[in-house]
Formats: sequence, C-alpha cells, structure tokens
Amino acid sequence: MEKIRINKEEVAYVAHLARLSFSEGETEKFTSQLNDILLYMDKLNEVDTTGVEPVTHAIARENAFREDKVLASLPAEASLANAPEARGSCFQVPKVIE
Amino acid sequence: MELYELSIHELQDKLREGETTSAEITASVFGRIDAVEKDVRAYITLMRETALAEAERADLAIRKGEMGALTGIPVALKDIFCTKGVRTTCGSRILNNFIPPYDATVVSKLRAAGAVCTGKTNMDEFAMGSSTETSFFGVTRNPWDLERIPGGSSGGSAAAVAAGECIAAFGSDTGGSIRQPAALCGVVGMKPTYGRVSRFGLIAFASSLDQIGPFTKDVEDCAILMNVIAGYDPRESTSVPEAVPDYRRFLGRGIEGWRVGIPKEYFVAGIDPEVEAAVRQAIRAVEGAGAKCMEVSLPHTDYCVAVYYVVAPAEASSNLARYDGVKYGFRSEGNRDLLEMYKKTRSAGFGAEVKRRIMIGTYALSSGYYDAYYRKASQVRGLIKRDFDEAFMTCDVILTPTSPTAAFRIGEKTDDPLQMYLSDIFTISANLAGIPGISVPCGYTESGLPIGVQFLAGHFQEGRLIQFASAFETHAKIERRRPRL
Repeated sequence: MEKIRINKEEVAYVAHLARLSFSEGETEKFTSQLNDILLYMDKLNEVDTTGVEPVTHAIARENAFREDKVLASLPAEASLANAPEARGSCFQVPKVIE
Repeated sequence: MELYELSIHELQDKLREGETTSAEITASVFGRIDAVEKDVRAYITLMRETALAEAERADLAIRKGEMGALTGIPVALKDIFCTKGVRTTCGSRILNNFIPPYDATVVSKLRAAGAVCTGKTNMDEFAMGSSTETSFFGVTRNPWDLERIPGGSSGGSAAAVAAGECIAAFGSDTGGSIRQPAALCGVVGMKPTYGRVSRFGLIAFASSLDQIGPFTKDVEDCAILMNVIAGYDPRESTSVPEAVPDYRRFLGRGIEGWRVGIPKEYFVAGIDPEVEAAVRQAIRAVEGAGAKCMEVSLPHTDYCVAVYYVVAPAEASSNLARYDGVKYGFRSEGNRDLLEMYKKTRSAGFGAEVKRRIMIGTYALSSGYYDAYYRKASQVRGLIKRDFDEAFMTCDVILTPTSPTAAFRIGEKTDDPLQMYLSDIFTISANLAGIPGISVPCGYTESGLPIGVQFLAGHFQEGRLIQFASAFETHAKIERRRPRL
C-alpha cells in the first residue's frame, strides 16, 4: 500500500495558512505531488543528527548593527505609485471588519 | 567577427584604442537581438532606447578619457533585480505591473561603472525552477538547440550571453540557478560566497541561500564583473565587511602543485556518460597544468536535495507572504473582504511551481511538523557544511560536474517536480554550505550540446576559483564553438 504523508484535508488546511485556494482538481494534484515530495524527504531520517546544531545561515553574522542615522527614504508618492488602489496617503483594501 | 561576439576585455581593448564605440557595440547587440530573439526569447523586457542613450554617454566619457570598469559594455539583468522606473516581474504574473522606485545595489554599481543595460531577462517564476519553463512570460529556448531548455532559473541570462544578445549578464543562484544554466548554455557562471555580493534590491526567494553572480564568455570577464559587484553594503545586513581583492590579479597565474579534490559521491549512477567523460577529460587537463587530483569524500551529498527542498521552500513561503495585492503588483477583482482578496490574488497571481513550494514550506514550518522537517533539515545542513570544511583541509579546490546531464527537452520534466529537482543535485551543496562555485565549459556532447565542469572553493576564495578556472581554460583548450542560430 502507498504511504500517505499528507491527505486532501491537510492540503486544504495548509493552503488556508498560505492564503491560497485550490479547485477540487488542483487539490487532488497537489496532494499527490506533495505526498511524493514529502516521502522523498523521509531520506533525512536516515541521518543521525543527535547533538548536531542546526545551521540556518552558512556564514552567520551576529548583530549587524549600523549607526542610528536618518538617511533619505522614499517619498510617499513613490511608495504608493504601485498600489492597486490608494486613497490620499493610504493603501486602500476591501472592508476588514463589519 | 561581429562586435556582439566579443568578450568584455576584447571590447575594452577596442574602445581604448578608439577602434570602435559603445554606440556601435550596442547597435551590434540590438541587431543580433532583432535577428535571434524571436527564436531564443531570452528577454522579458528590452531597454533599447535607454541603452542607446547610455552608449552615447559612455562614448562621451571615453572621449574625455574617463573610462570606468564597464564603460560602454552592454549587459543584461535577470528580471529579479529591481531597476528604477523599469518593470521588474520576477517572471510572475503577481509582479506583472511592478515598477520599482529604486535600483538594486548591483544595478547602481553597474551604472556607476558605466555599463549599458540591454534589458531584463527571462527566468523561472521567483527563480523556482531549473529550466526557465515556469515563467509567466513563456519559455526561453537553448540557443544550441531550440527544442531544449536553457537551464534555470537564470535561463534568460545564460541564453542571452550564449546567443550574443548581450556581452555579459547577471543572475541569482539559490540552488544552482547561475551555474546550471551556464553549463547548459556553454558560458562561464559564478556563484560567489554567501555575503560577498549585496542582495539589496534582489527579489528574495530563499534568504539563507540566494546569491548574485555573473554570466560571461570567459573567465577574465568573470573577474572583471566580480570586481564591480563584490563588497559590503550597509543596506544589506548579510553582506560581509571583508576586503575584496582585485580578481584580475588571479588570472594566468598557474596552478602548479594545487591539490584538487574529486568527490567520489559526485560520480554515481544517474550521471550521463558523455558528461562524465568530459569531466574526466577536465581532470586530466588540470593535471596537465600541474595540479594533483585526489579522491575526497562528501558523505552527506545524497541528502542535499532533500535538505534544500525543505529549507528553500520554508524560506520562500515566508518571503512570498508579502505578495498580497495591497502595496504593489497584481490584485484580483471583485473581492468581498480582505481574506478573499488575499486568497484570490495569490491563487491567480502565482503559478503552479511557486504554489507547490509555498505549500511545502508552509507545511514544513507548521505546528507539529517543524522539528521533523525544518529543524532536521537544518541539522543535516550543518553536516553538509562540515563535510566541505573537512574536505578543504586536504584540498584547495573541488572539481565536479555542474549538471548530471546536458540540456534536456522542453516539457521533459515539467510533470514530475521531483525529477526536475534532481537536476540541481551537484550545485545545491554550495548554497547550503555558503561556498563559492564556478561553472566553466569543458566540452560538447556528440549532438553538440555544451557541458560544464564545476569548481568549488572555501568561503571567500573567489580569487582562487578564478585562478583555477583561468588555468583550466588555458590548458584544456576547449574548442570555441558558437550556437548556430
């Protein structure tokens, strides 16, 4: 029997977390593809990582501080120029609360 | 020989001698674009008018005796670099109409050096792919065989250099996205050390892996471009404040007595026999140059792809959360509320591969799975890095194939994501370990497709890589062919 790592319900839940929505057909296809990919990841369990520190950056810099100096920043019009909808100096979005 | 066929250093000699002008070079490049772009489709956006104006300005500067590091040289940019006032799409519908209000640091440096920008090249959407097939703007063709892919994700940049549609180009490399297309298109491509080049203004894919680098016709041009782009940037907190040498000083120095590690794990089942033969020939060439080759072991090689496809999607799922239809880019129509707008915008704006990776990443970081996937992968990443640290205690550089095969056919791997992922099997490890790598042409298959060999070195050893690649280029005497277009 084929091993299952992720089912359709979990795919729908993860899609919601990622703010994506899929049709029934897409959900089927993603479930099967994600399952294959996650099964491939099982390889990682062959490796004994007892006591190994996780590496999240190959060259880790600590606290890259710079001086707290005010530099030129984008004018508001430039920041808003790409907005799908803007009003005054604000980005406009659909209603958030009733 | 046409001007568009020449290298940066050859053109610089001509410009210095007054034998040609930037206007002539730029016209030659755009003439070539007019002739072949309909077949290759390397560009998303051409910048003809501004390029011609930049060329005029460059000629003025040259006449005044003010020749900078790249004055008057036409270069192309992957459409992942923000360019002020020029649409920057990252190959995605979701940034279809995005016009950045600022230049990436690399772009500012190129402008300051006097370069002429020809346009923005095609790429896999958000740099997620190995074939430039996931672009919203269509597929780029390999100039050596138009039925085949150019590699990816920086396939447009590699194809543009190979086809003569620019003199050199820039790309980004998260798991091989410079080196693999360079190999498949028969050009030189370098991924510098993590932190060597500022990524300010580079659209983020996987922030612990992304790095910027050049595509060139030869190793000398690679050194010229590295001199322009390398260095610390106060606006990019992962760029490293480490002194940058003059990379040209490493050219032509020879590699007598160098120790070259050949990792046994990179010559295994799955590698194409013609690729293996060409790489074995490359080993003999460096031995002929006086280097000593020795077997080394990178025992965790087999886990690189699995680690990468946890770490990169995890970081991508976080980086791509910013595309929500609020501040810039595409927004879907007819939304009842904010949540619906997010979902509809992102579902219509992203292509299938990007969604797949966002899903893997979100899953791997989600409650209950974090330890099993992200933490585990980061631990194995530590072991992969340690493998390289140990190998570089016994050898100066490591030599491997760049890609297990030459260019594959368009559509061949699009239905099987895992097979596509495995085409990065030899390049991913350098990103995970943060080390620099370069791919240099080392031969051709029977059917005339280019093959690349990869050299890797320790952190901040780009100079050493250039020295080694330069010696290889001199001794291997690989026949200089041009794609028939």
